[in-house]
Amino acid sequence: MIISQQKPLADILASLGDSNSVFIVGCAKCATVCKSGGEEEVWQMQEALISSGKSVTGSVIIDEACHMLRVGRDLRGRQQLVDDADASLVMACGAGIQSVSAAIPKKTVAGLDSLFLGNIRRFGQFEQKCSLCGECVLSETAGICPVTACPKGLLNGPCGGMDEGRCEIDAEAECAWAQIFTTVRETGRIANLAESVPPKNYSKIPKPGKLKLK
Amino acid sequence: MTALLSKFEQKLMAGSFVITAEVCPPKGCDCAAFIRHAEALSGMIDAINVTDNQGANMRISPLAASALLLKSGVEPILQLTCRDRNRLAIQSDLLGAAALGIRNVLALTGDHISFGDHKEAKSVFDLDSVQLLECMKSLAAGVDMSGKKLEGTPSFFAGAAAAPEAEPFELTLFKLQKKVAAGAGFFQTQAIFNSGKLARFCEAVAPLGAKTIAGILLLKSAAMAKFINKNIPGLKVPEEIVQELADSADQAATGLAIACRLAREVKPHVNGVHIMAMGREEVIPEIVDAINN
Ligand code: SF4
Ligand code: SF4
Repeated sequence: MIISQQKPLADILASLGDSNSVFIVGCAKCATVCKSGGEEEVWQMQEALISSGKSVTGSVIIDEACHMLRVGRDLRGRQQLVDDADASLVMACGAGIQSVSAAIPKKTVAGLDSLFLGNIRRFGQFEQKCSLCGECVLSETAGICPVTACPKGLLNGPCGGMDEGRCEIDAEAECAWAQIFTTVRETGRIANLAESVPPKNYSKIPKPGKLKLK
Repeated sequence: MTALLSKFEQKLMAGSFVITAEVCPPKGCDCAAFIRHAEALSGMIDAINVTDNQGANMRISPLAASALLLKSGVEPILQLTCRDRNRLAIQSDLLGAAALGIRNVLALTGDHISFGDHKEAKSVFDLDSVQLLECMKSLAAGVDMSGKKLEGTPSFFAGAAAAPEAEPFELTLFKLQKKVAAGAGFFQTQAIFNSGKLARFCEAVAPLGAKTIAGILLLKSAAMAKFINKNIPGLKVPEEIVQELADSADQAATGLAIACRLAREVKPHVNGVHIMAMGREEVIPEIVDAINN
């Protein structure tokens, strides 16, 4: 799931500038779970904009704002409300915001900051486990991703800052390599600790990424 | 270009005891004081480590600073981290080092950006320290990382860092083995406070064939020790040393005495000592005296 967070209202107002009427778009999937762009947050945003002197022409919560066709269809269904607004404020991840900016020729304002691809630990607690590196190494690392869990993404073992199994940049966090090492010890899972791992192939993640299923 | 061994390398390989020290190049382009410090030390130590944006604090390029040392007749150990350079920049810098006559290179991962004075910067870590060593090996074999042939083959005396007191030790040992396999001829260690842990390290590393140069940290005060414990990754001053400093009427003198004591203690276990004076380079001669006598 894409983890996102609402931008401060002051920033949103600054981006809206002299756009006085606003159409708000939320997302029923990730942004709803993150409580950054679901039904409730869209409603609160509407209230906040109105008390800041803006008018809100309407809103819609799209089921997956990253789905471009669906966004186009849902917005067409509310064409009048969209047309009446000077700008649309999108409370979805960066992908969702761009589905909207592609569908509406008017000003589009980002309401959220997109943070990472996250796992849900429990309600309201998200953790980054994968950074979409294009070439998964989990089979060689006992199922724990050092590309993501290590702030430096080191592939060949712990840096010199690791101590007592803790990470140099966060004493609360376990070093990714200590996690891998302990997991191997405790579960007998396989990890390649002894052999040098060659540098990562970054050509596997061309930007912008594209994938067409055949 | 020249395959001549560096003096530091010759001495280490001949089994003589070496002394190295770290001198931080300036934040700015005036290297006069840096060179003065290094020159003052060059008579009594074998090589000077030129740090690379140490602690992720921006300073002059260690490549430029190392070249200036060499010009002044001081032998540098160029520290090169993976934090600020991708593989193209690393290879360019290594070729540059070779062209300038710099042979000793300490291959490091690098402290995380968040410790330094440019916290908003993007960190690179395209390679890690093991891959950096492999890269040096490949350049020295006449080809770059993509297998293209080089015009002129550089040669390096490659070193790596080690943290003998870090736990779990077995986990760090895997990486030490990879570093040696990738061509590290020597280790310069983090500050040593516990000679028992150093002995464990030396026992594990000796069969690998790399030389060990033990880090000695010069502390000025208990406050500095506490600051280091909080802010500098990989350095951990034990509580009893902090207490010894705190109990002293002259903490700077006690700090020097501790450094001399530790240097004498580690000497029998290792091939050399690496002095980290943390800006008090002027007292390095006293530590060197303690080691030599
Ligand atoms: S190695 Fe890590 S970042 Fe790469 S795909 Fe696998 S889990 Fe994701
Ligand atoms: S301590 Fe471990 S997780 Fe933290 S930066 Fe170093 S290697 Fe990565």
